[in-house]
Amino acid sequence: MIAELGLAALWLATALAGLQLLGGVLGQRESGADLAALVRPAAVMQALLCAFAFGTLVLLFARTDLSVALVAQNSHSEKPLIFKIAGPWGNHEGSMLLWITVMSLAGGLIALVERRLPEKTLLATLAAQAFVGLGFYAFLLVSSNPFERLDPAPAQGLGLNPLLQDIGLAMHPPTLYCGYVGLSVAFSFAVGALLTRQVTPDFARVIRPWVLGAWIFLTLGITAGSYWAYYELGWGGWWFWDPTENASLMPWLAATALLHSVSVLAARDALRTWTILLGVVAFSMSMVGTFLVRSGVVTSVHAFAVDPQRGTFILVLLTIYIGGALVLFATRAGTIAEGERFTVMSREGALVINNVALSALLGIVLLGTLYPLLTEAFGVKVSVGPPYFNPVGAVFLMPMLAVLAVGPLLRWRRDSFARIRLPVLAAFAVGLAVLLGMWLIAGMALLPLLGMAMAAVVGIGSVLPLLGRSLRRLPLATLGMVVAHFGVAVALFGMAADSAFSIEKLVAARQGDTTEVGPWRVTLASVEPVAGPNWTALEARLSASYRGGAPSEIKPQARSFWAPPQQTSESALLTRWNGQLYTVIGGEADGDRWQLRLWWKPFVTWIWYGGALIALGGLLALIGRLRTDLKRRTVRARVAARRMEAAA
Amino acid sequence: MIRGRIFLWGLVALTAGLFGLFAYQLSQPKDEFIQSTMIGKPIPPFDLPPSVPERPGLASGDLADGQPKLLNVFASWCVPCIAEAPNLARLEAAGANIVGIAIRDRSQDTEFFLRQNGNPFSRIGRDDISAVQLSIGSSGVPETFVIDGQGIIRYQHIGDIRDSDVALLLEKLKEAGA
Repeated sequence: MIAELGLAALWLATALAGLQLLGGVLGQRESGADLAALVRPAAVMQALLCAFAFGTLVLLFARTDLSVALVAQNSHSEKPLIFKIAGPWGNHEGSMLLWITVMSLAGGLIALVERRLPEKTLLATLAAQAFVGLGFYAFLLVSSNPFERLDPAPAQGLGLNPLLQDIGLAMHPPTLYCGYVGLSVAFSFAVGALLTRQVTPDFARVIRPWVLGAWIFLTLGITAGSYWAYYELGWGGWWFWDPTENASLMPWLAATALLHSVSVLAARDALRTWTILLGVVAFSMSMVGTFLVRSGVVTSVHAFAVDPQRGTFILVLLTIYIGGALVLFATRAGTIAEGERFTVMSREGALVINNVALSALLGIVLLGTLYPLLTEAFGVKVSVGPPYFNPVGAVFLMPMLAVLAVGPLLRWRRDSFARIRLPVLAAFAVGLAVLLGMWLIAGMALLPLLGMAMAAVVGIGSVLPLLGRSLRRLPLATLGMVVAHFGVAVALFGMAADSAFSIEKLVAARQGDTTEVGPWRVTLASVEPVAGPNWTALEARLSASYRGGAPSEIKPQARSFWAPPQQTSESALLTRWNGQLYTVIGGEADGDRWQLRLWWKPFVTWIWYGGALIALGGLLALIGRLRTDLKRRTVRARVAARRMEAAA
Repeated sequence: MIRGRIFLWGLVALTAGLFGLFAYQLSQPKDEFIQSTMIGKPIPPFDLPPSVPERPGLASGDLADGQPKLLNVFASWCVPCIAEAPNLARLEAAGANIVGIAIRDRSQDTEFFLRQNGNPFSRIGRDDISAVQLSIGSSGVPETFVIDGQGIIRYQHIGDIRDSDVALLLEKLKEAGA
């Protein structure tokens, strides 16, 4: 009964999306005013129905209702409750339902609160949102119905992939989805603005919180995903340039570019066409990413829900939405009046360079991800990895970071270098000193060395805008920028330190054996069998001491899950402020010895602290922008009220 | 403005091309295995030292002595290799001459593995850096090659030898001239 209610809600939501599209299109004419009045309520109702449908799926998973096919295939009654609740998005159907739910919630929110744009532009935007939504509803209802029944119901479910039975998973996909879907809002606004020819600073102010919000979620999602892969896969790496990872990185790069160009449009009414194009591209990248991951068209080490038939469906959707938007853009771009002018040596100039570099990075990642697909069409199999991405990416990343350190110091419209010469030269001098010092002392490889030096330049450059300003009167948005840019420096430092100074040891140890890895002495005390709710494991008891200090115990495990049967290695970590000890237990080696893999990774955690700082900066900016918007709104309302009084 | 137009329509064309590529690749069957490009070619020259004392090592000359052979790429650390051991024994009992290459393995580990799972090999070479493995076009363990009497690679089997594969491998061995 619950499943049928959920399905009915989904069908109703689809119908409302149809109404929303119809009203949005017909409402553009005077004769359609009746229908136009229905658009906002339809969007809100659709959001409520979708949320209800998603709620029923969560309930079905929580109760392990095995008469529902999706639950039987992906859950198990012995699974801990938290992973049952996270179950709906550990599979294709459920995650698509989550996608459409978040998207309709965003649409409902726009319908409820957004009053700044001309009504026709808003109608066109909501129509575009409904048009995109309809495709995904059709996808769900036709080819991936999450509420399908199984008759007769099996006695037990198949269980969830053990790699995914982790708290990191419970939060990772919903976070990324909020990001992807937030970009769909920017996409719809861009289409709405193009259709009604309303590319104005007001448009930029309206989409900015959405872009910022989506970007924060993407940043958090990628950071969390990277850490999850780092400790769960047990390989000790934090980024593999895998298609699945690239799929989330590409929208992030596009969103980062969009975020900066939106600021230019809002503040200076420049970069109009470019901003619209980025709005289209950012969401396109989310969809292409979803397609790559879901269709199995490229081979990925962690594609968890692959199906070529569904790939065809998504490809058709991609063609309609991305193709349609690009064609619309190509025909309308000429009608958008040129924005304000500026010189290269200005804040806008720096932001343009940033945009070009980010777009180039996006192109590089896209090319690297799709290159195997291209050569395979000619019968050649290749795999593209770090030897391509790292150096080629650095070529564009390094100049961009240099501009990042300088740009925020420049004034809008036009500025001269002489004004900011002193602090900039100081920052780059420190960077050069770090470069030379590290090269002489540590003899690092070129890329980590450049990364380390640039981290210093960006670190100093990012806090320079605070010089001579009262912290109390600093706008929250500016503080957010400083924090986010500083986060970039922190993350970059972590990456450079990890790649230059990591130490790896692979040993076969007897009980009582001690291994030295970097500043750590690790002793294997014993190996014990342990049991969990749906797994058994061999657990190594290691005692590790840092530079001869008091030893701490850590326990890496080799786990065997029995539903479905699979082995995973649970790494165990010891975190200090200056790095992490990473330990993995492998198999038994001739009877009385155990394979241990130990890493000392200096400052590796700074990568994720940096990511968190970047997201925090975004959050501060978002709060700052929303507060200003609210203030503006009350002022406007007060002015309007006073006018009414005067007229009366 | 004209340049802008060209750029924009270029973008549309590029996207169309990309989606065409996607559509083409989706319609292609996906093969999960990477076949060796060495099939039909002579085995490259190599000379591997013995992996265990009781068997001689393996050189490319041993594979061109007129008698077709099965070349099994294995390792003691490889779980599917344990699974395929009974079927290698069956192949040996059926008269196949099997030679092995132990990949990235220590002698004492290989010896322990052979004691546990039986030793169907007439020769075992020791390939510590996967050099020979890569040169014959093998991308993982276990893999089994059919080599004819002239040292030419005739067939490649990827993954463990299942019960159903035994007859096929004997057939391929026969085709190679046994």
